[in-house]
Amino acid sequence: MILNMGPQHPSTHGVLRLELVLDGEVVHDVKPHIGYLHRCMEKHCEVMTYPQVVPYTDRMDYLAAMYNNFGYVGAVEKLMDIQVPERVEYIRVIMGELQRIASHLVALGTFGLDLGAFTPFLYLFRDREKILDLFEETCGARLLYNYMWVGGLSHDIHPDFVRKTKEFIDYFRPTIVELNNLLTFNKIFIERTANIGVCPPKEAINLGLTGPNLRGSGIKFDLRKDDPYSIYDKFDFEIPVGEGGVGSVGDCWDRYYVRVLEVEQSLRIIEQAIDQIPDGDVKAEVPRRVKPPKGSVYHRVEAPKGELGYFIVSDGTVNPTRVKVRAPSFVSLSALGQMAKGYLVADVVAILGSLDIVLGEIDR
Amino acid sequence: MQNYFTEILTDLLGNELLAEILTYVLSTVPILAFIVFFVLFAVWLERKVSAHMQDRLGPMRVGWHGVLQTIADFIKLIQKEDIIADANDKALFNIAPFLVFVSTLATFTLLPFTSIFVGSNADVGIFLVLALSGGVVAGILMAGWASNNKYSLYGSLRAAAQIVSYEIPTALVVLTMIMVYGTMNLGDVTEAQTSYFWNWGIFGGAGLGLGKFLLVPFMFVAFIILFISTLAESNRTPFDLPESESELVAGFNTEYSGIKFSLFFLAEFANMFLIGAILVIFFFGGYNSPFGYFGNLIGVDWLVPVEQLFWFISKGMFFVFVSMWLRWTLPRVRVDQLMTICWKYLIPYAFFNLLIVGLILLV
Repeated sequence: MILNMGPQHPSTHGVLRLELVLDGEVVHDVKPHIGYLHRCMEKHCEVMTYPQVVPYTDRMDYLAAMYNNFGYVGAVEKLMDIQVPERVEYIRVIMGELQRIASHLVALGTFGLDLGAFTPFLYLFRDREKILDLFEETCGARLLYNYMWVGGLSHDIHPDFVRKTKEFIDYFRPTIVELNNLLTFNKIFIERTANIGVCPPKEAINLGLTGPNLRGSGIKFDLRKDDPYSIYDKFDFEIPVGEGGVGSVGDCWDRYYVRVLEVEQSLRIIEQAIDQIPDGDVKAEVPRRVKPPKGSVYHRVEAPKGELGYFIVSDGTVNPTRVKVRAPSFVSLSALGQMAKGYLVADVVAILGSLDIVLGEIDR
Repeated sequence: MQNYFTEILTDLLGNELLAEILTYVLSTVPILAFIVFFVLFAVWLERKVSAHMQDRLGPMRVGWHGVLQTIADFIKLIQKEDIIADANDKALFNIAPFLVFVSTLATFTLLPFTSIFVGSNADVGIFLVLALSGGVVAGILMAGWASNNKYSLYGSLRAAAQIVSYEIPTALVVLTMIMVYGTMNLGDVTEAQTSYFWNWGIFGGAGLGLGKFLLVPFMFVAFIILFISTLAESNRTPFDLPESESELVAGFNTEYSGIKFSLFFLAEFANMFLIGAILVIFFFGGYNSPFGYFGNLIGVDWLVPVEQLFWFISKGMFFVFVSMWLRWTLPRVRVDQLMTICWKYLIPYAFFNLLIVGLILLV
């Protein structure tokens, strides 16, 4: 039997259509159909000037807009060889890590929701709200920030930002314990996620998975450590990997738990960075008309969902010739077909939830 | 109370048969009224309980703390267009919600709300409750099939498999309880646990001596099994697979709208109270007060049934609250795990329990 899941379905995380080939409840094949949210972002970029592209990047992974900005401005700065002030780097890292926590909170919450646990979802959204409040105070926006500009930031941080961030960290640490008690080590939750959607390390590499999905399969690869950008090499943090705590390595629970541990590591980075923000300006010397020299650049960052890469080709004018985005969710979704084969319908939902995709990024 | 009514009506109408039939019809009225009021309250309670568990406020605008919210919702549902798609099997599609609702309503008539009021004081009480709840399965199957929608079909087949499977442990535990009380009449079961709370089923029943103490652990096991399996039969989380939102959209009632949807909804919430009531009748003394009646103390006879009604409903509501509590705490099990729980754990335990309780009673 062929069952169309989506594009209007509660747990396809957006407008995604899955074509399931079923035998009873057992899944034989999964074909994702994408494109319902395609907004021609890459084509639009070609008629925009370089700074004008930034708001477009916001709208890709709309749950991690800060990090999309971070990647794009990093690429343009690399192309133009701009050195941004130290203060800017610190603020970018703090914002990026806060965004990573916010993104992971949505991932963990919606994963629980996919398995029928409603309450953790709302707890996590409540905490995410506090991060969004910090962002709102800084740049006025709660979802699409347009905060990081080429060579700097749109605004300096609010005078209260440091204090409030520290308060947030103090508030948030115990809620991770609460989440673990409520959901992570819940018997039913473990039954539903252990040994489901197993992706062995070798397969994960072959499928091109990155980010928490790759680390969930037990491979220690994180661009923040392995190909450091910005000032990540200044901080002391660990890369959690999936160890098959309750099942085999690379199952849904591992991918979930890696995110929980990553949230803790992000808190560590913020804690180290927040006290060392140097004084100074939040804008580097950038010409009014951003005109990179002829050439191309590939810049990749460790976005919350995985490796986010920007390939920019410049012909020396104010408009980029080509902006190509390597979106981590796109690759993650392409792995779904292999991972879901042989499991039940309910597991497809669990596997999709554990991959943490955002359709805005897949379709762009 | 019914006999009293029948006498009055016979006097008025001069026809005994007619009066008896009329009495039966009239005695469903308070039950229907109770179900409607209970559902209006329970929906509001569910929203409030979930909201407070999740750090929200829930409905606040309609009436004091949103107490009138469900009434507003219900009026909205009645006003909605009753959509019947071309591809639906119209006859089955229309009958299904009524079948589900009527079976649920019928089970309520067998519950002894107080010592003087039972809708229908049947001697095969609990047996009839189990049989009538089978009507719900038929209704759900009809709804799923007639909707002509794959999600609905999945939902209804899951529901049928689930309810039929879980009826076995339920029946086994009920059998155990019938052995303990020696009757199937729910009113008599309640009467057997009269006076103080140590006579309740969960504390080994009214019998004295060693047998009572031996029974306690097994009654407790029976209670747990009955609780889990009735929870599964009423499709509540963690066993809400037939309407698991994240997989099957809304399960068997995906295609329903307006008043027919609200009938399903009504039946589901009424079922919540039904499981509470059955647990209370078998294990927590039914309408019996845990420590004597205030009415007896001050010598006001009519106060006793009122107190009994209060105890029955509040004990039942406690279990309704517990099932809400579970719903907003636990994730959902998977369909194969659901069956494993039933066939590998509950049924063997229930059988074992039946055997041991039988031996204790024999000795």
